[in-house]
Amino acid sequence: MFPRFSTPSIWREMDRMQREMNRLFNDYTPFRYRTAPSYPALNLWADEESVVLRAELPGLKPNDIDISIDDGDLTLSGHRMREELPENATYHRQERNYGSFTRSIRLPFKIEADEVEATMKNGVLTLTLPRAEEDKPKKITIKT
Amino acid sequence: MTEETKAMEVQEQERVPEERTERMRDKACYLPQSDIYETEENYHLVLDMPGVDEKSIDITLEKNILTINGFTDVDAPKGYSLARAEYNIGDYERSFRLTDQIDRENIEASYEDGVLRLTLPKAEEAKARKITVKTT
Repeated sequence: MFPRFSTPSIWREMDRMQREMNRLFNDYTPFRYRTAPSYPALNLWADEESVVLRAELPGLKPNDIDISIDDGDLTLSGHRMREELPENATYHRQERNYGSFTRSIRLPFKIEADEVEATMKNGVLTLTLPRAEEDKPKKITIKT
Repeated sequence: MTEETKAMEVQEQERVPEERTERMRDKACYLPQSDIYETEENYHLVLDMPGVDEKSIDITLEKNILTINGFTDVDAPKGYSLARAEYNIGDYERSFRLTDQIDRENIEASYEDGVLRLTLPKAEEAKARKITVKTT
């Protein structure tokens, strides 16, 4: 179904599907019963040395987003402005949301905060978070 | 008053009956979240389409159906394995049915920071007019 991802383990795939279903059903429940979804939704990739994180933040400028890192905790916050309407404008339909958001996640390892790269392109934020040097696993060689 | 209700017909139509060929892209396709608002001169359409390249956006107006297509080209970073996925990447497609009260020749579109904005000017005859009462 998702050919772009390298074959993940079946359990990870099940987890992902569960989250996706929860999100999907949340969209159709009456507003008052909804749980506030975590915003923004994040996609995370990792290897031994770094983590790549992506979030869709349409309509936000790089300056509108605040990224802070404390060891292995990453906090993303920002504000999406309400559309500035000219006078006498009336809405026929409003589906896009606006307001403030904050989201924190715990990363799998300590991050070298000075070497984090953040880019924003077409409303998609990409963060590359390298693992802190002191946190990297050490190879121990066996002496003969 | 009749003027008012007519103007409200710029409503979205969820799915246009298929006349074209089937989609052949191996990707999910989403309805972008949209706002529609009206000012004295124009109708405005605002669509969230993050991850789309400006050049890949395709806007067509056939008869009175305005169709917006956006194709994403965001690939997973190479050499990494997926650790957590909360959203899925896909293309965008949405159609709207327009009334006759739109000046078709002068529809404008702009794309910035993942947001597509369309300005649909009202046709001359659809604009609100002030009628002054003459006194004799």
